[in-house]
Amino acid sequence: MTSCNVKSKGSPDGTDDAARKVYVAPGEHDEFYAFLSGGFNGQVSVYGMPSGRHLKMIPVFSQHAENGYGYSEESKALLNTTYGNIPWDDLHHPKLSRTDGMADGRFLFVNGNNTPRIARIDLTTFETVETLEIPNSAGNHCSPYPTNNTEYVVAGTRFSVPISDEGGIEDIELEKLNEYYRGSISFIKVDDKSGEMDLEFQILVPGFDYDIANGGKGPSEDWIFFTAYNSEQATTLKEVNASLHDKDFVAAINWKKAAEYVKQGKYREIPAEYFHNKMDKKTHVASSEVKKKVKVISPEECPDIMYLIPTPKSPHGVDVDPSGEFICVSGKLASMVPVHSFSNMLKAIENKDHVDVFESIPILKYESVLAAEVKDIGLGPLHTEFDGKGNAYSSMFVSSEIVKWRLKDFEILDRIPVYYSVGHLMIPGGDTHKPDGKYLVAMNKITKDRYLPTGPELCHSAQLIDISGDKMKMLLDFPTIGEPHYAQAIKADIVAPKSKKIYRLDENEHPHATLKEADTRVERDGNIVRVYMTAIRSHLAPDNIEGIHLGDTVYFHVTNLEQDWDVPHGFAVKGARNAEILIMPGETKTLEWIPTKTGVTPFYCTDFCSALHQEMQGYARVSPEGANVPIKYWLGDPKK
Amino acid sequence: MNRLPSIFMILAAASLSLLFFFPMWKIYLDAPQYPEGLEMHIWINKIGGDSEFTLQNFNILNHYIGMAPIDANSFKELEIMPLFAFGFIGTALLLALFPKRGLIMTWLVLLALAGIAGISDFYLWLVKFGTDLDPSAPIKVPGMTYIPPLIGSKQLLNFHAFSFPSIGGAGIGLAMLFGALAFWKTYAKKIKKEEI
Ligand SMILES: [Cu+2]
Repeated sequence: MTSCNVKSKGSPDGTDDAARKVYVAPGEHDEFYAFLSGGFNGQVSVYGMPSGRHLKMIPVFSQHAENGYGYSEESKALLNTTYGNIPWDDLHHPKLSRTDGMADGRFLFVNGNNTPRIARIDLTTFETVETLEIPNSAGNHCSPYPTNNTEYVVAGTRFSVPISDEGGIEDIELEKLNEYYRGSISFIKVDDKSGEMDLEFQILVPGFDYDIANGGKGPSEDWIFFTAYNSEQATTLKEVNASLHDKDFVAAINWKKAAEYVKQGKYREIPAEYFHNKMDKKTHVASSEVKKKVKVISPEECPDIMYLIPTPKSPHGVDVDPSGEFICVSGKLASMVPVHSFSNMLKAIENKDHVDVFESIPILKYESVLAAEVKDIGLGPLHTEFDGKGNAYSSMFVSSEIVKWRLKDFEILDRIPVYYSVGHLMIPGGDTHKPDGKYLVAMNKITKDRYLPTGPELCHSAQLIDISGDKMKMLLDFPTIGEPHYAQAIKADIVAPKSKKIYRLDENEHPHATLKEADTRVERDGNIVRVYMTAIRSHLAPDNIEGIHLGDTVYFHVTNLEQDWDVPHGFAVKGARNAEILIMPGETKTLEWIPTKTGVTPFYCTDFCSALHQEMQGYARVSPEGANVPIKYWLGDPKK
Repeated sequence: MNRLPSIFMILAAASLSLLFFFPMWKIYLDAPQYPEGLEMHIWINKIGGDSEFTLQNFNILNHYIGMAPIDANSFKELEIMPLFAFGFIGTALLLALFPKRGLIMTWLVLLALAGIAGISDFYLWLVKFGTDLDPSAPIKVPGMTYIPPLIGSKQLLNFHAFSFPSIGGAGIGLAMLFGALAFWKTYAKKIKKEEI
């Protein structure tokens, strides 16, 4: 059968070569871990690269019924905010922690865009271990960008809002909004050893929309660059009113100087309520702390920490090349990519080459800072990453392509169509000092006919492109979960050897742990019934429980006694208005159950753990309120 | 003066002391679900494995077939055997000081007997664990017993079991070899004396 009427959909020459390059034989491991954000699913997905095989979903800002994240008593606190417990967020940008400008594979930081938060994922367990709410922020989009040694993770506001000097966001007439509103850039100190976050200070900045950031490297490593659009300071019909100016800005911030000002005491402390939620390493229980104050500094009182560089037009991505000299900006409404020169910027600052001042912040002269404009690059440039071999790759949303160009002479070398409408793109280490320029992942917003149709809602998709040669080659399409906004990838051999296999039972300090079967019990304290349960192949202890009454709140504290890799147990109760919990070996997790009906209620292990998994079950008897049924429980021996 | 018998007896003592640094025997289990394998290590004074949780994992798997849990505290042998080992090491060192032919022979014979006793005792335990199964075991295969091999390999349901002496066990063999060499050298010395 011929297929002359089928147009090529980006398959490379033949397809054999591509197939071989992405084929990871059964039982073999991928070369890279890729962490793709899930956007509106509030999660991070872990893929193997180059195979595109999905390895794990890490819930971060969203409840995950599958393993009880956000449902279990231990994890609930991670979703606490000043607005209450918020079980969802819009997760955009994963960023790996860094040492000497290189991803070190210790932690992954991610942002919650909607209710401003930053989270930290521990890459020994691939679990969320910390979340930090960001006060004085709205639309936490240009976030979380690390400095070269993860001294700070930086978070900025996409929406400017009326930040009150007395703390909080003011209630003012929207028609006067632009007279009052400001943005904030938060500097979150990251502890060297533990990775723990602490909001050290915020810079209050003019009321623009801050979109994307990236830290400098090498000569520019004291700086961090932000795109700022809506220099029009519009507050309504932004698609028109925020697109009037030919140029908006790149905001260059000297974070080292800002931190020095704070050390010298040049800050004001203002009231600000925000939650800091941490998972305790020993108890595996998350707890919340409410912080009450934040230090703020302003560019007015702290000169030379911030400069504005005019940049066309409604700029989105801002990416610093591996040398730290070139700052490539993607003006989403421009058809070229302006490349600023860091050394030119320093000269322009020194020579006071200002065209204007905005609220005390010098606006440098575009032509003085510019290195070159990459002309006719395509339509709708969004982001740029680098291969470490002198080339840059930019994503074009509107013309739906990846364009390769050369940093040496800003010449365009190659272009490849992607399907369809690429947003972010990612090269392993492509945002660091030393990229691993073998693969590029394009993350596409639209898939239309690329896969079998699944009704009105279609998957988003990533495409793997070989960039090892002169010409880019399309290797693989793989559907993604949620909407990936950005991704990070790292050589598997940096992360895999540190991956935890079990939690040690002898290190389990959970306040309700049951470390051996002999200690299993049921205790009543008023209306609270606590079941101290253990799980081991293939039984739950106890498996028969009486004496629960309507009106009780029952906590099943289930400890998995296994000390063997890949033997989780699950736990679920009929009619529990909750999720299940998955308990890893050596871990204790708690499921809350408020019985709503009398009668015998089954519970069971939900994770097929062994040949006799189906036998891993039990009964709880629920009696009417006030009934004379005492607490009684047993396993195998009803006389206990 | 011929020092060789003394040197060989010192080497014999050193070989025996390997028992305190390495397992005597290792039993390996391989199954589809255990690509990384499970390794049980039998020492002169303890039972362990390639990880500190091996024994627990062995016991979890074994309880399905009704095998009694292996508990190091329940073996008197693990208290007695080290005493024997110390005895043999001590006497070997004494014999190095006074390399008497007849005594070396006696030492050698006693060590061989102790070794045979140890291996027999080990085998009896394997038989006991492999056959004395809980009648209420969840998994019962008619006619099936689970005696691991003493030396060599054997398929036990989904597990492939391998059993081999390890460095500590080899130390006993080496000690016997050095003891025999010491004996032989004292013999050679005697013949030389008679020739003169
Ligand atoms: Cu189970």
